[in-house]
Amino acid sequence: MEQTVRGGKLMWDLRERSVRELNYYLHHNAVKNGITEVQIFNPDGAHHIAVGLDAPIKVDILGNAGYFVGGMNKQAHITVHGNVGWSVAENIMSGVVRVKGYASECAGASGHGGLLVIEKDASSRCGISMKGNDIVVGGSVGHFSAFMAQAGHLVVCGNAGDGLGDSLYEAVIYVRGEIRSLGADAQEEPMAEDDYKTLAALLEKAGFKHHPEDFKRIASAKKLYHWNAEHYQEY
Amino acid sequence: MCGIVGLLLKDPDKQDFLGEYGTEMLVGMATRGCDSAGLAAYTNEVSEEGVRKFSLYSSSDSIDWNALTKAMREDLDCEIDLKANYNHAVIVPYGPADIVWRWLFENCPEVHILSIGRSIEVYKDVGHPAEIAERYNLRGLSGSHLVGHTRMATESAVTWAHAHPFTVGEDFCLVHNGSLSNPHSLRRMLERKGIHFDTDNDTEAAARFLEWRLREGDDMETALKAAFRELDGFYTLLIGTNNELALVRDAFACKPAVVAENEGYVAIASEFRSLAHLPDVQNADVFEPMPEEIYVWNKQSVVAS
Repeated sequence: MEQTVRGGKLMWDLRERSVRELNYYLHHNAVKNGITEVQIFNPDGAHHIAVGLDAPIKVDILGNAGYFVGGMNKQAHITVHGNVGWSVAENIMSGVVRVKGYASECAGASGHGGLLVIEKDASSRCGISMKGNDIVVGGSVGHFSAFMAQAGHLVVCGNAGDGLGDSLYEAVIYVRGEIRSLGADAQEEPMAEDDYKTLAALLEKAGFKHHPEDFKRIASAKKLYHWNAEHYQEY
Repeated sequence: MCGIVGLLLKDPDKQDFLGEYGTEMLVGMATRGCDSAGLAAYTNEVSEEGVRKFSLYSSSDSIDWNALTKAMREDLDCEIDLKANYNHAVIVPYGPADIVWRWLFENCPEVHILSIGRSIEVYKDVGHPAEIAERYNLRGLSGSHLVGHTRMATESAVTWAHAHPFTVGEDFCLVHNGSLSNPHSLRRMLERKGIHFDTDNDTEAAARFLEWRLREGDDMETALKAAFRELDGFYTLLIGTNNELALVRDAFACKPAVVAENEGYVAIASEFRSLAHLPDVQNADVFEPMPEEIYVWNKQSVVAS
């Protein structure tokens, strides 16, 4: 089923073999066959490339990928040398997914762990409902990013769109540029020593050379955690 | 899920390949699931005063287009160019457009007018885009720009008439991915102004609203700003006119769209995989249109530059 294997390196052309075959191979045969590196050619925007990986392998996708690339990733280091469609690294558990280009909507949604790096911009709803993963965006993020994010960190080196951090729980957002507007219950807070340490470590892992001092911290004001009857049921 | 595609060729040398590129783009959207598909191409313009190009659909498969044009030629005493493809035909009668329209209405009840204009040609039907492209030789189309659509119906029937593009007025077409929640109130408002509807489809309401605004004197940008106020729902709209391609998404950008632009063309699709086979797309600027931003690409300004 594999196309070319040389010294633990698999080369796979998606114009020749389907995503379904590729993912089957990566799930069932890659580790068994001693594969440590995978190169995927001609992704051409196909969906579901390299989803559900659970092995410490290095995957390079050479071109633009479609929806859900690197979804549910565990252990693998996946790099997309291009742009990605909706929901890159959705539900990521561990490992790294790196996008060299732009990401569409819902990047890193609902992730439990691991790191997603987007070198250019991410579109709206980046990090929606994240549950412990870290996301570092080299450019800007669109509206409603980190909506209902529960744990983890969203680092935005550029600007943020409307409604940033709406209904946040315990996730923390660091933004270097302008914020168009904060969402309900999100507030700017002073940076603490731990914030500088966490942010410096994330920037280093992501490979960005910004100063943590240039970032703002956004976190939940925690006013939406409980129903407050004193609000006269206004909402 | 519906899929939309649009292509405007900046490089005049590429215009012979409009249908070739457009077909690949349309077929690329088929994996979103589709029950019907359609394409509007802006081809060579009819230059004679008062003369229009008609795209026709026959609800009878056994129609004899040669006989129809012969009868029209004799009755109206005018030359007619005919390009027939199965139950579709494009005719250019060298006579007054309103008289041609009336003749078709009175003499050919099985024939429906898909579009009227100086350059637009429309093909749409139920089925897979690859079959539709083959049936109507879409690869053979040449011209400056096109708008295409693959439909997976989430409201109103699956028929050729409910397939996109929706055409109203002259040289105007619209395709839509999404769902409008107030098409009936829009329709009631427009019908009170004497505007007639052909179907119960929500996209037709958007098409007729925008064409009404343009006819009232709005430019595309002003018309689309009015649409942001009046259209309720989630949508990506792609609009074609004789000179322009326009693209908008709703305020929440709930429906996908991606644009690839380079020196040779601007190409729009719901997903990148429809753009993946375009020439030199690897070096194009690929970006996602912003919510409630208006993107208009103009044929003249592009060619002039």
